[in-house]
Amino acid sequence: MMMEHLPAIIIVFPLIMAFLINVAGWWSKKACFYMALLAVTVSFLASLGILNTVLQSGTISYRFGGWEPPWGIEYVIDHLNAFMLVIVSGITLPVVLYSKKSIEQELPKKIPQFYTLFTLLMMGLLGITITGDAFNLYVLLEIASITGYALIGLGDEKAPLASFNYLIIGTIGACFYLLGVGYLYIMTGSLNMADLAQRLPALYSSNAVMAAFAFFMVGIAIKMAFFPLHVWLPDAYSHAPSTVSAYVACTMTKVGAYVMIRIMFTVFEPSFSIQLHPVTTIFGWVAAAAMMYGCILAVAQNDLKRMLCYIIIAEVGYIVMGISAANRMGFTGAVLHILNDAFMMACLFLVVGAIYYKTGAKTIGEYRGLFKKMPFTSMSFAVGALSVVGVPPTCGFFSKWYLVLGTINAEQWVFAAALLASSLLSAIVFFRVLQNMFFAPAASSSHDQGSESHVQEKRHEAPGSMLIPIFVTIAGILLLGVFSGQIIEMIIQYTVPEGF
Amino acid sequence: MEIIHSSRPALAILVSLIAAFLILITGERSRNLREFWTILASVVKFSVVLSMVPFILEGKVIEYTVLSISPGLSVQFRVDALGIIFGLTASFLWIITSFYSIGYVRSLKEHAQTRYFVCFAVALSATMGVAFSANMFTTFLFYEIITICTFPLVAHKETPEAIQGARKYLTYLLGTSIAFQLLAVFMTYHVAGTLDFRYEGLLNGARGNATDMLLIIIFILYMAGITKAAMMPLHGWLPAAMVAPTPVSALLHAVAVVKTGVFVVVKVVLHIFGINLLTQLGLGTALAYFACVTIVVASVIALTQDNLKRRLAYSTISQLSYVILGVALLTPSGITGSIMHITIHAFGKITLFFTAGAIYVATHKTNVSELDGIGRQMPFTMGAFTLGALSMIGVPPLGGFISKWYLALGAIEAEQLPVIIVLAASTLLNAGYFLPIVYAAFFKEPAPEHHHNPGQKSKIQEAPVLMVVPLVLTGIGAFVLFLAPTFFLDIARIALHAVVGGN
Repeated sequence: MMMEHLPAIIIVFPLIMAFLINVAGWWSKKACFYMALLAVTVSFLASLGILNTVLQSGTISYRFGGWEPPWGIEYVIDHLNAFMLVIVSGITLPVVLYSKKSIEQELPKKIPQFYTLFTLLMMGLLGITITGDAFNLYVLLEIASITGYALIGLGDEKAPLASFNYLIIGTIGACFYLLGVGYLYIMTGSLNMADLAQRLPALYSSNAVMAAFAFFMVGIAIKMAFFPLHVWLPDAYSHAPSTVSAYVACTMTKVGAYVMIRIMFTVFEPSFSIQLHPVTTIFGWVAAAAMMYGCILAVAQNDLKRMLCYIIIAEVGYIVMGISAANRMGFTGAVLHILNDAFMMACLFLVVGAIYYKTGAKTIGEYRGLFKKMPFTSMSFAVGALSVVGVPPTCGFFSKWYLVLGTINAEQWVFAAALLASSLLSAIVFFRVLQNMFFAPAASSSHDQGSESHVQEKRHEAPGSMLIPIFVTIAGILLLGVFSGQIIEMIIQYTVPEGF
Repeated sequence: MEIIHSSRPALAILVSLIAAFLILITGERSRNLREFWTILASVVKFSVVLSMVPFILEGKVIEYTVLSISPGLSVQFRVDALGIIFGLTASFLWIITSFYSIGYVRSLKEHAQTRYFVCFAVALSATMGVAFSANMFTTFLFYEIITICTFPLVAHKETPEAIQGARKYLTYLLGTSIAFQLLAVFMTYHVAGTLDFRYEGLLNGARGNATDMLLIIIFILYMAGITKAAMMPLHGWLPAAMVAPTPVSALLHAVAVVKTGVFVVVKVVLHIFGINLLTQLGLGTALAYFACVTIVVASVIALTQDNLKRRLAYSTISQLSYVILGVALLTPSGITGSIMHITIHAFGKITLFFTAGAIYVATHKTNVSELDGIGRQMPFTMGAFTLGALSMIGVPPLGGFISKWYLALGAIEAEQLPVIIVLAASTLLNAGYFLPIVYAAFFKEPAPEHHHNPGQKSKIQEAPVLMVVPLVLTGIGAFVLFLAPTFFLDIARIALHAVVGGN
């Protein structure tokens, strides 16, 4: 009985909790964290249950309130969104654990508001992922975005402006998406994705449908910060509170990528997106540009968070590159990279947040000699960085493996070269930081007298409630790499659209 | 060929990883216990490697699959004759280097000793990983681990020059391996559908799937990507890495790291492309000429270097290309010479680096021009230096003669007269940059500032025993390799037999 309603529980439970947190906040600020933790845990368990059901019995279709589609709202969960649900809720869990200390320091007065918004944001992201209705997706996209604007606005003194900027651009993106939905509704009279997919092929030559597709792509590209529509991202993510940066960095853009895959290959058929129009080819070139642009600008940054923001832009390019290869390998790489990137970004942003929490350090210069103070945190950063660079056995290598093979199978040598070049650039980006962290230039006096007691007295590690989430992401980075074959075999191979 | 399934190769790798962990948790609390882990791990590792030798001599191979990530992508070990030679050499020399390291870092009161020994242990693990890997993916995995865990060793001193050198080191090694080698790995997989090493050559078997042009590109990418082999023009990292402490230069930049490079080149030539395919494409000869240029040019540069370690570094660059040259000739004797040279050069060069370190510890001298008369002060050290130098030059009765002999035979078999000339010229150049040092050390008068106390003029002032004994041992090793090369020749013959089929 419970199992049947998991798709509803995963959305409704956090939604109710979000309001309860707000109410509970009047009495006890401490309770907010635990309530949010409960909401996230329940969602995570529900998503695991859903994934299990999908793996055993295939696609689930859940009718909200018992209304028949295409009139009612239908939740459709196949391998792809079951996988996404687990990623989103799974990554929320360490982030929310981590948030406790970080929020107590950064936003001591706004704890209830923070957890209300945070829970709503997670609910919005899960909703986008689970729904099988194009308009419902828009609604949830806006829930996720608006809570996102508010959370980002809670950050430092420049955050409100950055958030406002993001709000304007994000709303334009949402409008584009809504226009796409509207055009399709006019043409087909339907909002249900499965229904749309059946009705659309007859209308593929229609200009309105083509326009709708274009609106969709632009709208989603804005939401997922796909170059050159990424301009809002660096400001918004770097001025947000650490927890928020970490959370939006590892989920928002990935969910955007999911929506892109959904629209391109479920609502529209692969033949439309690949053969009828050269969308994938164009995306390939833009993705290559995104990777280069992101990495090059990351090299130029001094502020760690901002540097990571540009890395996100490059990572979005990776995912789109995989989609644009339009073959099994590339697509596998893209979906795998959604997972891997979520963990890599979570790890790096959490580490940067923990360092800020302990030392207030923000720029590369301030990271000098950090290894002596925070050895575990620094090691974690190194693992995350190596994964972004794509050094085996971290997970970043394996998604890159499939991505590059995908581009080679598509005989797009330039794209393969671009992927490797961006790996190189990210190596430059991260080794610049690592070098500062691990090898403090001679400033330290440890030269003449050995380092015996030296290390002990200066150690100043992040608290356990921050370290454990970081270690979870590290374990993720290493295990996902080792077990990537199994993940592909169990889940990802079923997500590949037919005809690839 | 009989295949034995055994976890021994994985054990050989694991030993020093566990040791690294133990070293880390022991830390500075008890230096003796920490050093005990290093020594124990090195001895156990060597024993494990040695225990695999009888199987190899019977013509068997040992296989162990650690993990299959997806079809055609797995971490797998296969110990064959080629791998065991490299594994034996590196693990044996690690024992000696461990003692030497302890002497070195304690005499100089180096900082961050724990980090030093941890990185060393991990580097040796990864070296075994490369030696025993069964496919190009496993090789690449460990190749990258070596780069990353030796970076802290190169940057050890943390002075601006050390950081600068380490940065150059990393840029060259990591950069080219991602940009070129990884791309070549991808293309190999694309063409052959797997990355397993095959004795007849992986790409040789998959020739129908690719144009000749594509194969040539893959080959060039491999050669450009395996920068650890220090072939010109991508050799710049090796002299830069000389800022590292001397034991690091000795084991890693004369044995483990650079030999990993040439070993992977040998693997690519023999097991990825195969003799057949390379002969048909004419790439063997091209590679041989590239190696020749490196041999001569690096030797000429070595002549001009006054810093002893830099001179040795350029000598290493030149000697590494001997290995590449031998295998590029694609003839039985050439390949034998090449395999032998991996071990023989290792013994000779590690001795030379050890002496450079001993001189530095005893006298704080780093330049060749300061070494006048040092042989009287450090007779054992300089005696070992002489042995090492003679082995480099290839004078009998030292090991270097044997590999050079086979290389020359290989060149004759391949009917490459220019290669013989290069070998001769390089021998002269080797003599030109090593013998003056030996001469100055033993026969020149010490520099005048040492005269102010004539009573101590002829007094022996050696480096600590922990350093002198290892370097004497490796020096003798270079000599023993000449007297009893049969053991290594047998293994080399088995490796050769696997790739050429005949005799």
